[in-house]
Amino acid sequence: MSKEFYVLTSNDYHEGLKNNKLLGLRCKNCGQITCPPLPTCQWCGSTDLEKTELSGKGEILTFARVYVPPESFEPDYIVCLVRLDEGPTIMGRLDYDKDKASLKNGNASQDIIGMRVRLDHLVIPGDKFSAGERVMPLFKPI
Amino acid sequence: MRDVAIIGSAQTKFGKLGKSNTELFCDASLAAMEDANVSQKDIEALFVGNVLGGFEEGQINIGGHLVGALHLGNIPATRFEGACCSGTVAFRDAFMWVASGFYDIVLVGGMERAMIMGTPFSTRTFAMANDCKYEGTTGITFPGVFAMVARRYSKIYDIPLDKLREKMAHVSMKNHKHGALNPHAQFYQKMGNLKVEDVLNSTVVCDPLTLMDCCPFSDGGAAVVLASADIARRYTDEPIYVLGVGQGSLGHMGAQADITKPASRVFSARSAFKQAGLGPKDVDVVEIHDCFTSAEIVASEAMGFFDWGKGADAVESGQTDIGGRPVINSSGGLMGKGHPIGATGVAQVHAIVEQLKGKAPNGNQVNPVPEIGMTDTLGGGFNTIAHTILGRSRR
Ligand SMILES: CC(C)(COP(=O)(O)OP(=O)(O)OC[C@H]1O[C@@H](n2cnc3c(N)ncnc32)[C@H](O)[C@@H]1OP(=O)(O)O)[C@@H](O)C(=O)NCCC(=O)NCCS
Ligand SMILES: [Zn+2]
Repeated sequence: MSKEFYVLTSNDYHEGLKNNKLLGLRCKNCGQITCPPLPTCQWCGSTDLEKTELSGKGEILTFARVYVPPESFEPDYIVCLVRLDEGPTIMGRLDYDKDKASLKNGNASQDIIGMRVRLDHLVIPGDKFSAGERVMPLFKPI
Repeated sequence: MRDVAIIGSAQTKFGKLGKSNTELFCDASLAAMEDANVSQKDIEALFVGNVLGGFEEGQINIGGHLVGALHLGNIPATRFEGACCSGTVAFRDAFMWVASGFYDIVLVGGMERAMIMGTPFSTRTFAMANDCKYEGTTGITFPGVFAMVARRYSKIYDIPLDKLREKMAHVSMKNHKHGALNPHAQFYQKMGNLKVEDVLNSTVVCDPLTLMDCCPFSDGGAAVVLASADIARRYTDEPIYVLGVGQGSLGHMGAQADITKPASRVFSARSAFKQAGLGPKDVDVVEIHDCFTSAEIVASEAMGFFDWGKGADAVESGQTDIGGRPVINSSGGLMGKGHPIGATGVAQVHAIVEQLKGKAPNGNQVNPVPEIGMTDTLGGGFNTIAHTILGRSRR
């Protein structure tokens, strides 16, 4: 059998999310964490990786309230980038007061950047193109 | 490597056209071939940028059909896909094959007919340019990417969001002003006199971006004929030389160090400048990928025209409008001219060629006629970025 380089596949990762577990990879070369999974360390490129569970905690780097969604998504949700305590940044949804997270709240909406959040998850059915159901991180304020 | 010249270029009107991708490509190509004074037998290979033909009209493998339609014999045809950057990726490859000496004359173009898909399905298919497993699942859209860029920029540089939105509005005002003067533009004779309030108060599409912060969906085609510089003057008195090209890549957005300073763009722009032996200060006119107002600002910094965090002030002060330097998006850009994603990069090249020949639309021509122009094209969330640097004189 040929060597498989993925220590953690996207299926494993999404199964973890469904149990509110955030899985990632620890690099045996540089010690840093890769998330979501890749066949190489996102920091040093090493393939010497081991599976690890992350805290699921981090802070909001930025976000956007989406009114015009892709077909197969219900409108009006918040997408965000979260820098995890372990180092990597991942994309997810933000479960938060939508009016506070938008222009309706003026400049104060920017205060959400830096907010501490913890991981939960959301599953929505797939469409013709998504290769199965869609599992995503859903971040909640701590 | 040999020097390469553009000996002809053209674009179709952009907008809602109801034509097939093949029709759009051929309309642009035959006009570019006429402009170049070449006949079908002169073209040795065809390069095409097209992103969503399979979704738009059920057509893949379009290269052969284009060669057939144009009666180019049996020459090789290759399709390139790098989302909204596809046209420039195709152009760069075409350039390299001529520069290497493999071909003397080639045709490169791109086209897209996104309007037939409607906004929800267009938004779905465009969003496929993001990482499908770790980003696409969340329902991220391209307005979403650049809404996140705007908020991050506001935070990093401590510019209150309302102040930043006013600065961003100037991108829309400037580009729509130019687009309204360009007969090929989707918004020709429309929105030429926007005020800051018009941009701020239009419908919110993806908070904090409004409709006027966004480029539209579009149909359109563009094409150029490239030739070895040594033979260019057999065909035209006004060859425009390709002085440098660049291309760069990046993985998913989370793995990027800073989404306001995309490393793929820095890498690509530097490669192009290095090849041309030029720097940002040498550029007179530039077509920048202004898919959203925030996108033009961060691009103008990553290409080296302004310090980090100063691009927003530059557009607000009018430095990037005609009369300033570098002039950004004198054709109307994606926002005013339209954004048929497969065609966009080639249309940007066409716009610079027109500027360098002094043939840009009335009111959009920079005077005196510029020497050096540049294009910047972005695909996805900074995943594919490419540049060209063009000049009136051979190095
Ligand atoms: C902004 C956007 C959501 C608007 O879509 P929409 O709300 O469905 O708008 P419609 O297509 O129904 O058009 C409604 C009107 O607004 C106009 N319009 C559409 N998009 C526009 C835009 N971006 N700027 C200005 N006017 C626009 C239309 O011409 C139409 O005018 P009319 O009523 O006078 O005919 C859509 O154009 C969009 O998503 N653009 C971004 C495309 C993109 O992501 N490209 C890739 C970037 S890398
Ligand atoms: Zn490592």
